[in-house]
Parts: sequence; structure tokens; C-alpha cells
Amino acid sequence: MSNSVAPVLEAKNLVKNYGRVVAIDGADLQLFPGEILAVVGDNGAGKSTMIKCLSGAETPDGGVMELDGKPITFRRQKDSRDAGIETVYQTLAVSPALDIAANLYLGREIRKKGPLGSIFRMLDNSGMKKSAKEHITSLGIGTIQNMSQAVETLSGGQRQAVSVARAAAFGQKVIIMDEPTAALGVRESGQVLKLIQSLREKGLAVILISHNMPQVFEVADRIHIQRLGKRVAVVTPKSHTMNEVVAVMTGALTLEEKDQTLGPIR
Amino acid sequence: MSKSNLVTDAAAEFKGRATNKQKVQALLHKYPWVSSAVVLVFALFIFSFGNENFLTPNNLSLILQQTAVIGAIAAGQTLIILTAGIDLSCGAIAIFASMVMAKTAFVNGWPGWAAFMLGIAVGTGAGAFNGWLITKVNLPPFIVTLGTFNVFSALTLFYATGRTIMDKELEPFFLYLGNPIPLGAFKITYGVLLVIVMYLILAFSLRYTGWGRHVYAVGDDIEAARLAGIQVKRVLMSVYITAGFIFAVTSWVIIGRVAAASPNSGTNLNLDSITAVVIGGTSLFGGRGAIFGSLIGAVIVGVFRNGLTLAGVDLYYQTFAVGVLIITAVSIDQWIRKAGV
Ligand SMILES: Nc1ncnc2c1ncn2[C@@H]1O[C@H](COP(=O)(O)OP(=O)(O)O)[C@@H](O)[C@H]1O
Ligand SMILES: [Mg+2]
Repeated sequence: MSNSVAPVLEAKNLVKNYGRVVAIDGADLQLFPGEILAVVGDNGAGKSTMIKCLSGAETPDGGVMELDGKPITFRRQKDSRDAGIETVYQTLAVSPALDIAANLYLGREIRKKGPLGSIFRMLDNSGMKKSAKEHITSLGIGTIQNMSQAVETLSGGQRQAVSVARAAAFGQKVIIMDEPTAALGVRESGQVLKLIQSLREKGLAVILISHNMPQVFEVADRIHIQRLGKRVAVVTPKSHTMNEVVAVMTGALTLEEKDQTLGPIR
Repeated sequence: MSKSNLVTDAAAEFKGRATNKQKVQALLHKYPWVSSAVVLVFALFIFSFGNENFLTPNNLSLILQQTAVIGAIAAGQTLIILTAGIDLSCGAIAIFASMVMAKTAFVNGWPGWAAFMLGIAVGTGAGAFNGWLITKVNLPPFIVTLGTFNVFSALTLFYATGRTIMDKELEPFFLYLGNPIPLGAFKITYGVLLVIVMYLILAFSLRYTGWGRHVYAVGDDIEAARLAGIQVKRVLMSVYITAGFIFAVTSWVIIGRVAAASPNSGTNLNLDSITAVVIGGTSLFGGRGAIFGSLIGAVIVGVFRNGLTLAGVDLYYQTFAVGVLIITAVSIDQWIRKAGV
């Protein structure tokens, strides 16, 4: 198809070193509006580091990033949020001792209306609880009932659900999820995949990092394959098989550029 | 953890199925200061048998006055410990600020309010210096404040040239907080009242504002807080600056209490404030605790010292008892933390 659609988020030649460890080594990424881009790669391929750069949690040592064609430099995580990018980190980034509602609104708390909020800076806790409940319920993981429950009392899967609900609730343009189904059972994974698809229907672009090939082939429009800190290929579930993707991931197979789907597919 | 059965075990635990032990654990988990409140009531009860003068309004007022200074310092210390930090220099900051106030007023002839403002600025600046070393130079709070404890103590001795400024040399303004407010048979000083007001403001800020929530989040898991978009360094900096301000205000309480400004006083304040915070149920690991617990903790230490003195117990037993209190408090904290997992 034509390349007339511009990417919503693009990274060119990103580099990030941790001391002597080269975590990403000139990685490229293109995310188009309304698509689900799966990012796959072996452990240590630099997937998490790349998305940390894209969300302002890390500052890249080299390379450029663009949002809607405009160059961006995120100094801190909040900058990416303000730009409309929400992220579910592999480590979830939830505060264990705080309750679910507090975690959902962490770093963007809502104050009470009137002088209590503007002068005394009081938080609107009941309001936040109420809408937290709506967000969690709409995720379809209805086993979480009490928004005043501390996150540390939740199971691993429930914590993941809180983190996913947070990203889905506030994402404006791009949602990045780093292994969001790793701690989930079959049914809950299905819920999250459904949520990801509904986010695409709303017009958001989604980056999904996952090790689960059947999941990737079920929902992804395109598959970005990362190896040793670089993007080595972009394919689609239609153009290539799971075995081929795994072969590219591990370096057993190299794809010619003409066999790839670098541009948007729709 | 069972994945198919996401119906939360934890929620069920809070409702019906929990044993009594689990219920106590869960209650303390939610309100960590409850155990210290129980200890306080129990101590008041026990010591009332040690000496008939113990539970008199006179003596209780005295305990509060004795507690006010530690309580004030412990308020700032609590903020810092909630962020999983520690401040070993807090007492040194307070004494430094008190000497600045007293000496600029007495030796340089500054009006009381101006000397007071300068002292507040110096204390706040000292807190900011700690915060700068911790957030910008990335040094651990323990090391930073161990270093600045020595630095501020030395500066105080150097500046004061070893001289104590006595009450006759001090303006009434500085002695004001030592004046009693007649409250029936009780004699609460303005100093005690100021400390209570300070606690009320801090309790409100910690519980009801976004800043307070961020203080807890940073202490709970600093990396999670950072990834959740909180500007953790800014939060830490605000905490050390606020604490410095509180320590500087405390210097006013100190002058009012002892009716003098001495460079050699307050050597125990650094560790005693940590004692009060820990006994008050705030976790040294950060992210857990309530500010009023520290006030209770400070009062408990005051009650133990006063009660044991009135009962005619030697000083070293008092120190021993405080040591046992600390270890018990930390053990309870460890036990409570298990309730969360
Ligand atoms: N904070 C860090 N400090 C040091 N090395 C790191 C850090 N984060 C990642 N790395 C290293 O960078 C490489 C890429 O890691 P990561 O981005 O987590 O890969 P992936 O998510 O694809 O498994 C690995 O070798 C890892 O050890
Ligand atoms: Mg990873």
C-alpha cells in the first residue's frame, strides 16, 4: 500500500548504553496510527530499554524520536504522558502500599472543586475512587471490587490489570505495553487482548511487547522483530509464519528488505 | 498464585475468613500507630502505680513540655523516613539555627523577628543542602547527614565561640514559647501548642494532598514512582527543605523551653527523634506510617523517662527500657509488613 500515512511515533537510530552494556544499538521503530505493532525479540534484545526511551523513563544516548512528525525529547516520564503516550512497564510501576484508586491516578491526582482544592489542595478521593472503579470494571477483570484495597494485597495478575487499566484510561495517542499478559491466565489474557483491540478501534496506536507468539499473531497488524539491540525485520502475521518469526528473532534466518512490511498496512 | 481464581484471597481475608491474628495484623497494617497508642495508654496505667504524683495535671503538663522538642524534630524526621531516608543532622541543624537566632539578636543587636527569620533561613538552607547532596550528587541520606551532622555541629561551635546565651540576654520574643497557657490545672506552653499545630498541618498535607501521596509513593518504591510520572527528586528535595524548616522552627521551641541558647545542648536530639518515629510505627523502609504516631512515640519516650524517674528507677534502666521499646517497635513493623504480601 501507499506510504502516504505518516507514522504517529517514530524512532531512528536509537542508542542506549548502561555503562559498558549496549542495551540498544541503533534501533529504529515506526508506529502508524490505528495499528497494533507487536515487538518481539529474545530476552536482552533491548525491547524494554527501547520503550523506556520512547516513554521518557530513560534518556537515549543517541538517535532521534518523533511524535506526529515533530521531534521530541522527553526529560522525564511525565513529558510522554503529557504528549499522549501511556506505558505499561514490565515492572508495572505500581506503588504497593497505595490503594488501587491512588495508583490509577498516581502523578495526576485530581483535586476537589472550589477553595478546598484550589487553596488547601485537597484531593478528590471519592471522585477518583468512583472513576477508578469504572475503569477497572470496563476492563472486564471484575474480580477487583474494592478500590481502597492496597495494591500489595492483589495477585500478580490483578496488579497487571491495574497497570493496564491505568494506561487504557489515560492514553490519548499511543499506548505501549511491555509484556502486559505475562502474569495473566488464559481468560484474563483474552480480556487484555480484547482491550488492546478496542483501543485500536478508538484510533489509538498500540505497541505490544510479548513473548507469546499465538497472542502476537492473533492481534498484531505488524510485527517488529528486535535482535541484539536493533530492529532486524518487520513482518505481518499474514506474510510470515510463527516459525519464521522465531527464526529471525534468533538469527537463524535473515530477511531481505523486499520481504518485509516496513510501511503501514491499511 | 492461582490465576483462574482471581477472586481475591486478600479481600476474603479481610472479610469473614481471617483469624484473630490476621485481623490484628491487618488493622496494624492499615493504622501503624495503633500499637504505639496502646503502649502509651498501658504505660500511663502502669506508671500511675509507681508514684501517686504521676497522673497529676502538673506532671502530665511537664511531660508534654519535655516532649515538645523531640516531638517537633520527630515531625521533620518522619517526613524524611517516610521517603526511606534518614536524617542524623536534624538536632545539629536545630541547635545551629538557635545559635544564629540568639547571637544575631544579642551580639549584633538585630530585632527579634529579623534574627528569627535569619535562623529559619539558615535551618531551611541546611535542609536544602542535605537534599541537594542526596538528589543531585546521589549520595545515600545516611552518609550525607552523618557528614553534615559533623559539619553543622562544628559550625555551631565555631560561630558561638563556645558561649551560651542566657535568658536575661534574650529578647522576650525568644522566650515566648516557654510561657504557659492556663488550661484549668494543666500548664500547656505555647511551644507545645505550636508543635501540635505543626503536626495538624503535616497530617493534613500527608493525608489529603497530592504532595503527601507522592511522599509515600517515593518511599514505597522509588522506581515505580518515577515510572508512574512522579518527579521523585523534586519530592525528595521538598521533603528535606520542609524538614530543615521544621528543625529551624524547633530551635525557637528549644530556646523557649530551656530559656537559653547553648551550642552544647541537644546532642541526643538526632537519635531521639529517630527513636520517636520508630516507636510511633513509621517504617524505616519508607512508605508506611502516620505522622501522629511520631508524636505518640515522642510522648511514650517522655512518659517512660518521667514515670521511671518518679518510680525511683535509675537512669540506666530508663535507657535500657527505651532500647527495648525500639527493638519491639521494629519487630512489630516487620510483622505488620508481612500482612501485605
Ligand atoms: N538499568 C539497567 N542497567 C544495566 N543494564 C541494563 C539495564 N536495563 C537493561 N540492561 C541491559 O540491557 C540489555 C537489554 O535489556 P532489556 O531492554 O531489558 O531487554 P528485553 O526487554 O528485550 O529483554 C540487557 O543486556 C540488560 O541486561
Ligand atoms: Mg523486557
